[in-house]
Amino acid sequence: MSYLYAAYIITWVIHIAYMGTLVRRYRQLRQEMEDLKRR
Amino acid sequence: MKRAFPILAVLTVALLCYGLYQALWVAPTEKTMGDVQRIFYYHVPSAWTAGVLFLVNFLASIAYLMSRNPKADALAVAAAEVGVVFCTIVLVTGPIWARPVWGIWWTWDLRLTLTLVLWLIYVSYLLLRRFSTSGQTPVMAAVLAIFGTLDIPLVYFSIWFFRTQHPQPVIGGGGSIDPRMLHAFFVNLIAFTCFGALICWARYRLEVLRREVEETQALESLLEPRSAR
Repeated sequence: MSYLYAAYIITWVIHIAYMGTLVRRYRQLRQEMEDLKRR
Repeated sequence: MKRAFPILAVLTVALLCYGLYQALWVAPTEKTMGDVQRIFYYHVPSAWTAGVLFLVNFLASIAYLMSRNPKADALAVAAAEVGVVFCTIVLVTGPIWARPVWGIWWTWDLRLTLTLVLWLIYVSYLLLRRFSTSGQTPVMAAVLAIFGTLDIPLVYFSIWFFRTQHPQPVIGGGGSIDPRMLHAFFVNLIAFTCFGALICWARYRLEVLRREVEETQALESLLEPRSAR
């Protein structure tokens, strides 16, 4: 059972980590765009 | 389109939860392998989604080479990156499944090796996109993507044409499968495909925004007076 749980947990850790990087990159770009518009 | 995203996200999450429930609690335990066989419900749909995304990358690359449309190039980048994520999951869940069943984490079997090569091709593609400063980068990447796609049928048919450690497909390969297993499999297949499409869409929007920021920065540097530089 531990192999099964490991596979499922790792799958979601990878997906959540990737989605986290997408959110972080999106926020950075929005911030950069806001800064450019303010100038 | 922007309004559709949260609705589709909620539907996909519901489908993924239903798929998880089917895979862990409804599908019967396989007689030979036991509970570890349930990795199948994540391993195969992840491989399928990676294949679909690499195919999208291929089509978008062809579209870019034919039209030089930057949107096609942005879609190609998005599909490749999300495809690499799904392919990574295939390469991680495969050895976790192989260890209790085969007694080894990895073997240089044809299907496994070709899947690793596929992953390396698309990682190279992303590295090229990331580090090349040439104006020809999208063209070079599109050509690389077209050659990379040739590995997909090799991965798929390797178990048909060669004797490999990897098992033959049960679905569509002449084997029999419990209908509850089949149901759990197809629910997860649809759920992972929707999830892959959704993440690809989000990554595409991010790529479009990144290009807008770059263009605005370039325009601003042109408009800036020389004294201010």
